[in-house]
Amino acid sequence: MTSVSVRDLSLNFGAVTVLDKLNLDINHGEFLVLLGSSGCGKSTLLNCIAGLLDVSEGQIFIKDRNVTWEEPKDRGIGMVFQSYALYPQMSVEKNLSFGLQVARVPQAEIDKRVARAAEILQIQPLLRRKPAELSGGQRQRVAIGRALVRDVDVFLFDEPLSNLDAKLRSELRVEIKRLHQSLKNTMIYVTHDQIEALTLADRIAVMKGGVIQQLADPMTIYNAPENLFVAGFIGSPSMNFFRGEVAARDGRSFVQAGGVAFDVTAYPARTRLQPGQKVVLGLRPEHVKVDEAGAGDAAHQAVVDIEEPMGADNLLWLTLAGQSMSVRIAGQRRYKPGTAVRLSFDMGVASIFDAASENRL
Amino acid sequence: MLNLVANNSMVTEHEAAPDRITSGPRGPKPRRTLSRRNIVVYGTLIVVALYYLLPLYVMIMTSLKGMPEIRVGNIFAPPVEITFEPWVKAWAQACTGLNCDGLSRGFWNSVRITVPSVIISIAIASINGYALANWRFKGADLFFTILIVGAFIPYQVMIYPIVIVLREMGVYGTLTGLIIVHTIFGMPILTLLFRNYFAGLPEELFKAARVDGAGFWTIYLKIMLPMSLPIFVVAMILQVTGIWNDFLFGVVFTRPEYYPMTVQLNNIVNSVQGVKEYNVNMAATLLTGLVPLTIYFISGRLFVRGIAAGAVKG
Repeated sequence: MTSVSVRDLSLNFGAVTVLDKLNLDINHGEFLVLLGSSGCGKSTLLNCIAGLLDVSEGQIFIKDRNVTWEEPKDRGIGMVFQSYALYPQMSVEKNLSFGLQVARVPQAEIDKRVARAAEILQIQPLLRRKPAELSGGQRQRVAIGRALVRDVDVFLFDEPLSNLDAKLRSELRVEIKRLHQSLKNTMIYVTHDQIEALTLADRIAVMKGGVIQQLADPMTIYNAPENLFVAGFIGSPSMNFFRGEVAARDGRSFVQAGGVAFDVTAYPARTRLQPGQKVVLGLRPEHVKVDEAGAGDAAHQAVVDIEEPMGADNLLWLTLAGQSMSVRIAGQRRYKPGTAVRLSFDMGVASIFDAASENRL
Repeated sequence: MLNLVANNSMVTEHEAAPDRITSGPRGPKPRRTLSRRNIVVYGTLIVVALYYLLPLYVMIMTSLKGMPEIRVGNIFAPPVEITFEPWVKAWAQACTGLNCDGLSRGFWNSVRITVPSVIISIAIASINGYALANWRFKGADLFFTILIVGAFIPYQVMIYPIVIVLREMGVYGTLTGLIIVHTIFGMPILTLLFRNYFAGLPEELFKAARVDGAGFWTIYLKIMLPMSLPIFVVAMILQVTGIWNDFLFGVVFTRPEYYPMTVQLNNIVNSVQGVKEYNVNMAATLLTGLVPLTIYFISGRLFVRGIAAGAVKG
């Protein structure tokens, strides 16, 4: 059962096309994250779903009802903004009840819903305060509460955690996930933070230039990116890329990149790799093994340039045959710059893209 | 033995080290009150202040003197005998043309012109500004451009056409006509002021209110107005002083019985019959200037408080 459905949605500002024939179906109770760098159209899409922007072409359905021409208040949505957007002159309680008062909900019902939202978000002690007297985390909680009291089916989040410091951000992230698990509403969440996307989402839509590049669950997005953009966008530090050419020798396949020949026989290719084909080989930093090659494994010589210890793990920047790459190893394994190491690769979890189309092979 | 010597030298070094730290600069850097910079800054400020305060001083002193004392000619001297007679005369007895009831009539005319003009112009301009900033209706940019161009057309060009329009409307020479003129002429600059202020408020606040189901008027009255005290105070200062000090429109668009205070002041000061009563003229001028002055003093403080309140946005 779809909760929100976007059909052939286009949006132009004059000559500029922000969204082009975009299709998206979101299931009931699903947590969908729209992920992309700034200017990719993710917030614009959210504003279109909310009804804050008029679409140029296409349709929007919420709960199988065509809401393309409906006012935001009639769409059955609640929205949380990056800057919290609390009404500064009203107390927290007034902020929560404002929408209900505008809709002429009976006072008893208003009190009930505000009390429930306050309990869920644990903001009862703050109800009498003004937004200016709250901390950033408390403000965002109130902003979520404002969406909560509307008793809607769909929650829209527009980068809700981007204004918070790192610690609060991870705390509230968990709270939003918990909220979703207990409410089971449909949630659409816009962010540029890939950690938020990977941790929260049931499915992630990675966007670029107004087009959804890949729509899949977080693990698929991370492990099997559909194209070069998704592969480079997700993951920190970024995936290591090696441009090269497919070669076949002794019944094994190789990607010959500069001075290195990567044995990709184990790679689960969708179509057979053709010798001579120009490809890009992608390896995540944690999929490279350092000094762990067994006797039979092919190993490559590399030199440690820089070591970045991060506590839980240790990031090494290496030079492999003139090309720089990063490798993530366990935190207690330390290497001094200049050390020569032996690398081996797990090709079962690698990614290979066509150099021309940039799509996964 | 050698070890001992080495130890000794180390000890002395350790003792010397704290001395070096305490003897150096510590705490806030001292600042001299009578630095060259301070002398230049405060000197300039004092000279400029005196330059502007001197005429005011002369006016107040003269208005408190009797005519015989003024004839002595020492304009900077404080009054030997303080008299409030000129003030009373300026307010209640000074003659303009045929009627001799002083400035009081002009004062009340000015009040009856200024209060409605200020309220109406600010009300309309704030709604204009809000609509232009937040509701991007079709032709909004064109409308705004026309309004701004309007601010640059000299008043004199428009006087005669407006006289005709007012005459056709049947309000020429009345207070209503003058109020309409003031409202219209305040519109470009006030709309610009409000538009820029509302455009500076976070857009997400407006979006949040729309999701909450608030319409055009609810958002304006419940969300925007309470956040806009500072800009309303600024607009009020602009309009009150502008309209109160207006002379041209007052003299062109009204009849003598509706002349605002400024026009009446001019008539008192410039009357050619009889003796020039400098003390009465000074008192009359001070009385006329009192209203804008009071507005500055009162709302200046409000203004600062308004900005401080507006600074902590939610």
